[in-house]
Amino acid sequence: MVNNENHSQIHPMTLPLTSLVPGQIASVCAIHVGEALQHRLHAMGFRAGKRVRLIRQAAFRGPLHVRIDSTDIIIRHRDAHCIELRLT
Amino acid sequence: MKRIALLGMPNTGKSTLFNRLTGGSARVGNWPGITVDLLAAKIPVGGAIAELVDLPGIYDLHGYSDDERVVRHFLEEQSIDLLLILVNGVQLERQLVLALQLAELGIPAVLLVNMIDEARSLGLSIDCGKLGAEIELPVVAISAKYGEGRQAMGQTMAHTLLTGGNARPGTAILRLAEDDRIEQRAAALAAQTMRAPLVLPERLTDRLDRLAMHNVLGLPLFFLTMLGVFAGVFWLGEPLQNGMQFLFDAFSTHVLEPALAPAPDLLRGFLIEGLYGGITTVAVFVPVIVLFFLFMALVEDSGYLSRAAYLMDALMARLGLDGRSFVMLLMGFGCNVPALMGTRVMRSRALRLLSMLVIPFSLCSARLQVFLFIIAALFTPWQAPWVLMSLYLMSFTLAFLTALLFKGRRAFRSEEPFVIELPPYRLPTLRQIWARGWMEVRHFLVRASKIIIAGVVLVWLLTHLPAGVAPAGPASYAGMIGHVMQPVLGPLGIDEKLTVALIFGFVAKEVVIGALAVIYGLNGDALTSQIAHSLNWIQAYSFMLFCLIYTPCLSTIATLRSESRSLRYTAFAVAWPLALAWFASFVFFQIASRM
Ligand SMILES: Nc1nc2c(ncn2[C@@H]2O[C@H](COP(=O)(O)OP(=O)(O)OP(=O)(O)O)[C@@H](O)[C@H]2O)c(=O)[nH]1
Ligand SMILES: [Mg+2]
Repeated sequence: MVNNENHSQIHPMTLPLTSLVPGQIASVCAIHVGEALQHRLHAMGFRAGKRVRLIRQAAFRGPLHVRIDSTDIIIRHRDAHCIELRLT
Repeated sequence: MKRIALLGMPNTGKSTLFNRLTGGSARVGNWPGITVDLLAAKIPVGGAIAELVDLPGIYDLHGYSDDERVVRHFLEEQSIDLLLILVNGVQLERQLVLALQLAELGIPAVLLVNMIDEARSLGLSIDCGKLGAEIELPVVAISAKYGEGRQAMGQTMAHTLLTGGNARPGTAILRLAEDDRIEQRAAALAAQTMRAPLVLPERLTDRLDRLAMHNVLGLPLFFLTMLGVFAGVFWLGEPLQNGMQFLFDAFSTHVLEPALAPAPDLLRGFLIEGLYGGITTVAVFVPVIVLFFLFMALVEDSGYLSRAAYLMDALMARLGLDGRSFVMLLMGFGCNVPALMGTRVMRSRALRLLSMLVIPFSLCSARLQVFLFIIAALFTPWQAPWVLMSLYLMSFTLAFLTALLFKGRRAFRSEEPFVIELPPYRLPTLRQIWARGWMEVRHFLVRASKIIIAGVVLVWLLTHLPAGVAPAGPASYAGMIGHVMQPVLGPLGIDEKLTVALIFGFVAKEVVIGALAVIYGLNGDALTSQIAHSLNWIQAYSFMLFCLIYTPCLSTIATLRSESRSLRYTAFAVAWPLALAWFASFVFFQIASRM
């Protein structure tokens, strides 16, 4: 299952990773992707409760540059949209 | 013989450690996914000889991309006596999860906390003794790059290998439900054993990235950097090239010719104009190519490639590719073969196939030699860099155009996610740069000793047989082949002589210039001026265009075949560039020669 239909499931207190502004921090609460990507995201540090900071976003809806602890990650806008965060 | 395997996440320094332990030259680069295949070498451990195996990096044991499959096969099918599990000390908590999973395989293991130098400079400290006691594995902090902790590591390895460590009954491949438990354990372990400052200090990397990944300046800066690299190779390379030419000429006039004076004409011609002329014409470019690879090593190890992936992904997405495809195009500038293999990190077959379709358009170092040679003959020193740059631009344009044309096909349509790590900037050590340069020289010597010699000899035979014909004249076999191909290649401005060179370029692009030397029976300055005399710039450019685009060399084709495991795909990946090459040269030649 991928993004759009998940909009309805998103709790009002939460927001997708793509809604952060540079410098903002929020913690991971759910990841709405297939199993394979879920494993990869887990291994990269996207785990429930982890604090994610948006560093910057590329022009033309390009990828996002985020930081979790001391790992920097580049993630495409479409994939980042499936990661649901809670503001802390 | 005991077998030791290096395992860990991508970019944790496995190949660096492999090189340090074996003195080997596994490819190292600051890009996750440099190693995509097994590499083994023998090392002494505790008085015995053991086999050390470098493996691709993996994120977990569930992956199914082609590089991860290599690792899984290896784990399932080989008996392993010792696992060296590498983690990046800076990212201990995250990487510990994989280490714990691997430890549960039940193979004796040592945990190596690598990049301890970087961890220290960030103010992180790790209590390896405590960590080891908790997870019941020996833990050693090392720096594979700078050699720190080497002794402790050696002793621990020898000891564990000898005693079998505390191997426990292993679970063959982890059950997925176990992952949560392991993640919690890793977090707890990291909290107990790692001390980090509350706020990590701002790194030089962060400051550089503000510029390198800038929304407006990032891309222009990237292209300027690339331009700088090519200009550097071009201008630094020229004196080296001339120096080599001088040496080869001197050797020929002062040693070879006097020594062979008593030999029969035909033999002398074959040895001097054929073999020696052909090979040295190619060999003149060796220093330039080494220089080129030193620059490439610098770029690859700097971590700038990941920034390029970030900057280009939005555009690449519209072409049905992603940032990694672009990075592989860049790596293809060195040689297309490792770039094709590098696509193994992609999980979607469709994305892999489309990436592999465009990578051969990358202007590799072999083609660079051909262009440097022809450009030097036909263009002024002021025009030369611009001509070369136009070819690089053409190379990108055709790759993008091809992706755009075919991305809609079912075989090439993918929904692959794009998530990659962004490593900090790093500087290669002199030793790493040296290893890379030396590897390329060796690579050239291997190629030269087989393909180039064979190509040159064959061309000589074709231009001198049947016996008694004027060398490379219309009556020689080469002339006949050229004549037969004229209806096809004539409209591109490619004459009979160039045709034969082109045909041999199919085997390896370097052979093109070796073949030209043999066909004209000249080398050095005499050859360049002869070529300048018999071609105009439009013909030369058309020839270069064709050379750039047409069928990649044999090794590339073999790699396309083995990586795609599809004959049909390979045939297509050979035929399409050939058709495109003809079309592009035709259009260029017909328009340019009418203007
Ligand atoms: N500072 C520092 N850098 C290191 C160390 N070890 C490796 N590196 C650098 O880390 C980068 C990755 O090294 P590799 O040896 O290619 O890593 P790998 O684990 O083989 O990576 P893959 O083949 O992609 O799985 C290179 O830029 C190395 O120079 C270390 O101990 N300290
Ligand atoms: Mg490696």
